[in-house]
Amino acid sequence: MRPPDTAQAHHHGGSPSRARGSGRGGDRVMVPEADFTSYYGRPIVKPAPWEHDIAIYLFTGGVAAGSSMLAAGADLTDRPALRRVGRLGSLVSLALSMGALVHDLGKPSRFINMLRVAKLTSPMSVGTWILALHGPFAAAASAAEVVGMLPARWQRGPLGILLVLGRPAGIVGALTAPPVAAYTAVLLADTATPAWHSAFRELPFVFCGSAAAASGGLGLLGTPVDQAGPARAFAVGGAAVELAAERRMEQSMGISAETLHQGTAGRWMRASIALTAAGAVGALAGRRSRALSMASGAALMAGSLCTRMGVFEAGIASAKDPKYTVVPQRERVDRGEQVRYQG
Amino acid sequence: MIGRNSLFGPLDPAPDAGYVDAPARKGFFTDTSVCIGCKACEVACKEWNDVPENAFAMLGTSYDNSHSLNANQWRHVAFIEKQAPTPAPTPEPVSLGMPSVGAQPSDVADEEKPDFQWLMSSDVCKHCTHAACLDVCPTGSLFRSEFGTVVVQDDICNGCGYCVAACPYGVIDRRRGPEGDPKVGIAQKCTLCYDRLSDGQKPACAQACPTESILYGDVDELRQRADERVALLHERGIMDARLYGNDPDDGVGGTGAMFLLLDEPEVYGLPPDPVVTTKDLPAMFNRAGMAATAMLAGAALSFLRRR
Ligand code: SF4
Ligand code: SF4
Repeated sequence: MRPPDTAQAHHHGGSPSRARGSGRGGDRVMVPEADFTSYYGRPIVKPAPWEHDIAIYLFTGGVAAGSSMLAAGADLTDRPALRRVGRLGSLVSLALSMGALVHDLGKPSRFINMLRVAKLTSPMSVGTWILALHGPFAAAASAAEVVGMLPARWQRGPLGILLVLGRPAGIVGALTAPPVAAYTAVLLADTATPAWHSAFRELPFVFCGSAAAASGGLGLLGTPVDQAGPARAFAVGGAAVELAAERRMEQSMGISAETLHQGTAGRWMRASIALTAAGAVGALAGRRSRALSMASGAALMAGSLCTRMGVFEAGIASAKDPKYTVVPQRERVDRGEQVRYQG
Repeated sequence: MIGRNSLFGPLDPAPDAGYVDAPARKGFFTDTSVCIGCKACEVACKEWNDVPENAFAMLGTSYDNSHSLNANQWRHVAFIEKQAPTPAPTPEPVSLGMPSVGAQPSDVADEEKPDFQWLMSSDVCKHCTHAACLDVCPTGSLFRSEFGTVVVQDDICNGCGYCVAACPYGVIDRRRGPEGDPKVGIAQKCTLCYDRLSDGQKPACAQACPTESILYGDVDELRQRADERVALLHERGIMDARLYGNDPDDGVGGTGAMFLLLDEPEVYGLPPDPVVTTKDLPAMFNRAGMAATAMLAGAALSFLRRR
């Protein structure tokens, strides 16, 4: 196993080396280049051994959460088309996110294994329980929607009960949905990965905003304009929160914010900002045009996916380069502000 | 049992984890100033714990070809070839008219003396007081032993990899190979030879170390010995000697494996000021709660408007 970057970072410990790569491909340099020492340029913290399925899981989880909220609202305010899109959207995205999770874990029994303990200090454990709580209600509401689409003579007996349960299940599903969208931010932030941990204050807002934008976008995509009003408002509001929180996040992250501008992560983030902004403007302008609404909805969904990919990739990049671990800590030590327990 | 310092701050980990009458906390003190880089610890660890070999490759990084701490490398010896500080010119011996004792002054000219100095250090899992790996593990596969150490149970581990991203020292990893190894995909790291400890023995690495660079014992006692050793080196004019991981007030509550280093931690590939990630967990859940509430309110507001 060769380190991926021995060639560029081939310096011996003890001799300070110039940080590499900063500003490359970025549209602005966040902080001045830093001198730092490292052991042959090898990473200090290990990057999360996760594939893109985790980024997809973050996205589909967000769509599922937002969709169940929209579905319950549409159900209560009598917007059947929006309710249908919301319920089916939440079902499909829940299924996709479970698929991504199980794929990452390797086999389904491992998901069950996660339920053997409930651990408050593990966001992954907390998240698993949140999903286990939210999933059945969202699924029951979606099942009711599917039953409603069947011929009338099949809607009796046990299936008929589902129809009755649809609304209450949908409401519980909506109330348990926001944690599904928010916990994924804690999941990433509770690591030693510099770009994720340093973003812990704003990341939940970025992810919840992004989830609202994506699920609102799905609503716009699948609903005629006369019923799409709430989806439009939710999507535009979500996009605004996402873009604003993302800006703040970059300011508070320190040096690791660089990784959001470089390489693959930088491309995802630039696409995310462009798509989200265009989608929000289009949604506002497309009040009367189904075609424009649909295009904006698709852009918002794509923008949300790009955000997840960008944040994911930035974290991996920040773990691979020892600079993002050493420089902030070294600066803290040099300022005499080591992290110390104060009784 | 959750105490006031369970997430951050000084703590005796085994009693905090619920052990009654736990034995004294056990750990390592690695004194790198006497390490000769023989790698006996690496070999002894692999032999005792049946850790498969890595793909051996000549890395071209001095004598370090075992790369890093990872699932297949529970002890790792770092080699640093360091530019030596320019030696002070040797003063002419002053004759006191006494018969001379001891070695003659070196007759090697200063410019012919090697211009580098070796730094060698055997690294290992720190068995943190606040172990991020253990905090975040969703299955309970990682547990705190009665000796205050952190151990993985391979039959419970899910291979989710969360511990890998959480460790501030980059120690633990999922085993990637060799093919056919039953533990591929499972998180692996130093167990401080849990099986040997339970039997009243020293860990294999400490047993094998010929220079006693790796000392094993009660953490309290090791901390004291570490302090004495640094004081001694300082007396001898080696002012670069410093301790790492011995302070119970540091970002991880002090480690069970502490080190005497002769340069900054990052020179050895160690983080200068590591902090357990769960220190901020309450704040993280707070922020997530705020965002979740805002999202629910936003959804409700979206329906308040006319269509
Ligand atoms: S050094 Fe890393 S793997 Fe070892 S106990 Fe601390 S957090 Fe866990
Ligand atoms: S990889 Fe195994 S030991 Fe590590 S957090 Fe996941 S289940 Fe726990």
